[in-house]
Amino acid sequence: MAFPISIASSAGVASPRIVNADNHGKPVIVVHNLRKTYWLGQTPVHALRGVSLEVSPGEFVAVMGPSGSGKSTFMNLIGCLDRPSQGEYLLAGKLVSHMSNQELATVRNRLIGFVFQGFNLLSRASALHNVELPMVYGGLTKELREHRARQALQLVGLGTRMDHLPSQLSGGQQQRVAIARALVNSPSLLLADEPTGNLDSRTSIEVMAILQALNQQGLTIVLVTHEPDIAEYTTRRVTFRDGRLLRDEPVLDPRDAQAEWAALAPQDPERAPQASKERNKAHAGN
Amino acid sequence: MQATNLMEDVSAGVARPAQRPSRKKRGMLPQLSPRDFDRVGKLGSNISIALEGIWANRLRSMLTTLGIFIGVAAVVAALILTQGVSANITNSITSLGTNVITIAPGAATTRGAIAPAGTTQTLTAADATAVSKLADVTTVSPIISVNQQVIFSNQNWNTRIQGVSPSFQTIQNWTIAEGAWFSAGDEQSARSVAVIGQTVKQKLFDPLGVDPVGQTIRINSQLYRVVGVLQSKGSGGFGGNQDDVIFVPFATAQDRLKNSTYIDQIVVQLDDASNTNAVQQAITTLLEQRHRILKGTPDDFNLISSQQLLQTANQFTSILTILLVGVAAISLTVGGIGIMNIMIVSVTERTREIGIRVSIGAQRQDIRNQFLIEALILSLLGGLIGMLIGLLIGYGITSLTGLPFVITLTSLIMPFAISASIGVIFGLYPAIRAARLDPIEALRSL
Repeated sequence: MAFPISIASSAGVASPRIVNADNHGKPVIVVHNLRKTYWLGQTPVHALRGVSLEVSPGEFVAVMGPSGSGKSTFMNLIGCLDRPSQGEYLLAGKLVSHMSNQELATVRNRLIGFVFQGFNLLSRASALHNVELPMVYGGLTKELREHRARQALQLVGLGTRMDHLPSQLSGGQQQRVAIARALVNSPSLLLADEPTGNLDSRTSIEVMAILQALNQQGLTIVLVTHEPDIAEYTTRRVTFRDGRLLRDEPVLDPRDAQAEWAALAPQDPERAPQASKERNKAHAGN
Repeated sequence: MQATNLMEDVSAGVARPAQRPSRKKRGMLPQLSPRDFDRVGKLGSNISIALEGIWANRLRSMLTTLGIFIGVAAVVAALILTQGVSANITNSITSLGTNVITIAPGAATTRGAIAPAGTTQTLTAADATAVSKLADVTTVSPIISVNQQVIFSNQNWNTRIQGVSPSFQTIQNWTIAEGAWFSAGDEQSARSVAVIGQTVKQKLFDPLGVDPVGQTIRINSQLYRVVGVLQSKGSGGFGGNQDDVIFVPFATAQDRLKNSTYIDQIVVQLDDASNTNAVQQAITTLLEQRHRILKGTPDDFNLISSQQLLQTANQFTSILTILLVGVAAISLTVGGIGIMNIMIVSVTERTREIGIRVSIGAQRQDIRNQFLIEALILSLLGGLIGMLIGLLIGYGITSLTGLPFVITLTSLIMPFAISASIGVIFGLYPAIRAARLDPIEALRSL
């Protein structure tokens, strides 16, 4: 069941500028002079003070910075969960910074896939059902929904656990369900907000290996993290401080999560989900 | 197994150079085209999501439903009860004849004090004859009413004896169970014959197991031959037991039971109920002339038509309906507030779920519909259970009290209309609240 795939470069050292046929080479994200100001009573809080950035198709960007640096605000804006106070944001060629709530919901549904730190799966729904959900809101037919949900779960290696509830899955497995859910509407952009924040280092490598593999298929990923280790798996590192872009640099020699995982995996092939079960319960989605 | 397919596939893909172009590029899931979206409505999904929500909180949902179903059950039971009472009253009025006017002696005025109606003696048999000659009047029967002890063998029973003309049978729709009604000949010759009601038969003859027809009973020490037994009419709406009666020819009653020229009532049957007002007017004019009543002084007789009785009875039952349904409506409102309360709690509790749904692309209206449908299902469920229980209660009460069990379309449709509107009215606010949640805040909540 090998998927026929085309990769522009060899694994591991993917060029940051893969041409994405769907977007004709135009940047996935264009952000110009983005500002966001909150009001705490009478005091303005400048969360973002003019950020300009471009992300090309096929890039794997790590957004870093200490807390309060504005990276969360940036993620919310990039993820169309919020609107900027000023500035422009083009996502896949669409000006989304001034869209209505309804249009923003459609953009979140079709152009963006979210992966969160706390997995954010629906606790009452099976893995399959969770993955189906974006397609439910997209209005896809039932047959197509089920077919794609199965495909997506097989893709992340959970083909045998489709009917499990999130509470019956380990943290890594839950995050893989969340990744499958993020992929299922074939978004232009995958946004991962601290996807390894709740995972041990082993599982983190597993999740990063999946993200890296997806990126090598041409998927554009923006990942927020505060762990420098994790950023080393990406191809570009963007650092925020005090609401401004501090550094924007390519990762010269990205680590290969797939190779590392391949080296780790045989050590204990029966890595039972029980090992991380207790931890999991704490993070089981709502 | 833990080594994911994805990674295996990637390495496999690396071994082979790129051969197939882009359709499957992104994440290796086949690319969706815009045509794949918006193919199906989201209502079905919203309904199943709402059902899951209800099922996940079974106990709470059931308790919420309780408020509605008690209210709906009360409404349905109240409707059945009042409709039963109404049907019962209507039945007993129509059993007295629908196109009938009853003339009774009026209130007497003695130096300005008005005595109760019917206490005076003003009507005579001659009045009855005069009325029978009016247009649109088919038959007329004078009535003499006395209460007497009736004796058969060693049984005795106090009952109402009415002296009426032979046509009275058709005026009041009496059917004969055994024997026959007395004849015009019996009337003319003032024969001592009697037609007895079912109750009288039960009291006097049944204990002895004797067939009443042909037997002789004693009324006020006079002998009467029983010629017929009446079919039962059941209990009347106001007049108590209609079957506790003995009918004798009018002439006989006037001569032997009540030695007087005055009579107690005149019943007038019309050719058609629509002439009621005209005939009432004609009777009034005629009797005012015959009784020499001056203009401006009160009449010494009263006219009661069955139409008026029906109207009055209908007014009475509709007031009763409004009263009972009003009380039930209060409990429905309380139930609705219960739904609202629970929905607000539910929205608060599921804030994070709402955040997740919004982040993956649920529209505000999807969230609103999810909660609205949940409220609607809860209240409709309450309506359904309430209707069944209400029907049961109604059936129980009506069969206990001997009222007819009447189900109209209204009493079946109304519970659903009420509970659906309660679901919408009281579910809307929490649903809108859910839809207005800020996704960022919602995702942050626990």
